[in-house]
Amino acid sequence: MVEARERKPWWPYLVLGSLFGVILTQSQVISWYRIQEMFRFESFHMYGIIGSAVVVAALSTKILRRLDAHSYRGEPIQVVRKEMGGGRHLAIGGVIFGVGWGITGACPGPVFALVGNGVWGALVVLAGALGGTWVYAHSRHRLPH
Amino acid sequence: MFDGLSLDAIRGPWPWFVAGPLIGLMVPLLRLTTGKSFGISSSLQHLCAAAGRSESDYLCYDWRKVGGWNLVFVFGVLVGAAAAAIFLGGADQVVVTEGTREQLAVMGVSVIGLVPAELFGLASVRSVVLLLGGGFLVGFGARYAGGCTSGHAITGLADLQLPSLIAVTGFFVGGLVATHVLLPILMGG
Repeated sequence: MVEARERKPWWPYLVLGSLFGVILTQSQVISWYRIQEMFRFESFHMYGIIGSAVVVAALSTKILRRLDAHSYRGEPIQVVRKEMGGGRHLAIGGVIFGVGWGITGACPGPVFALVGNGVWGALVVLAGALGGTWVYAHSRHRLPH
Repeated sequence: MFDGLSLDAIRGPWPWFVAGPLIGLMVPLLRLTTGKSFGISSSLQHLCAAAGRSESDYLCYDWRKVGGWNLVFVFGVLVGAAAAAIFLGGADQVVVTEGTREQLAVMGVSVIGLVPAELFGLASVRSVVLLLGGGFLVGFGARYAGGCTSGHAITGLADLQLPSLIAVTGFFVGGLVATHVLLPILMGG
């Protein structure tokens, strides 16, 4: 019974994920065309979205930290420290990700949103991404970090 | 409550100054409701961990406990996107700039609908290879760099983390290479 009491509700994740899916679709961030526009410096749309998202996230992160806020369930606010290491994994991995992003026009969030939009080709992208993750998992100790 | 005008505004494509701040709010909303840090690409790791036994230490952990929330979240993304597609339709037809349209036409790509049929229509072996290969790079690169557009570009940059700035610079360099060098070769001719 202890386990039952400790179990946390999963619906907030479903609600917030759904909200994210709606935003990604309605703002057309999931469109290959929009990503092409961005990398061709033809439109401000994507820059405006990412830029304003970062500003809003930064301000609210700062406020939460100042208030020493906890989640409503009492967990401390989790801040994931990204690992610096030698930095090579960031540069190399970043460029590899960017090439894939440029080709498919889809980063991980939009891949799931595209499937929701009935773009079945995104399932191929997802299969590839899982393959890439699998290969990374089995080769990471030999890669520069 | 909803007159014609506001309903149209919700249905139509959302401008950047609406969508961007809403995406930014995902970070504090997720932290306040659950304490979790916003990021999507770890879901790929959890899916691989869930897929079966592996000798990799990267995939040996209690994926339900560690990643359950993340998998529910990305399932939500799928559901929300489907709901938006059915009830709102803001992404039914993407309108790009004339310059983009012309540049894409040179590669033999027409601007119809949400994504190009030439790439996502699965009609040619080449397009399937591009989607599979591009997806492979997305998964491999995101996990190697320790995050993707959400975890690095939004959560990490908002947190003023130097590692994320390096990764995001890499994202952009890679995207430029893919767009201006690789795609014209791979799509054209």
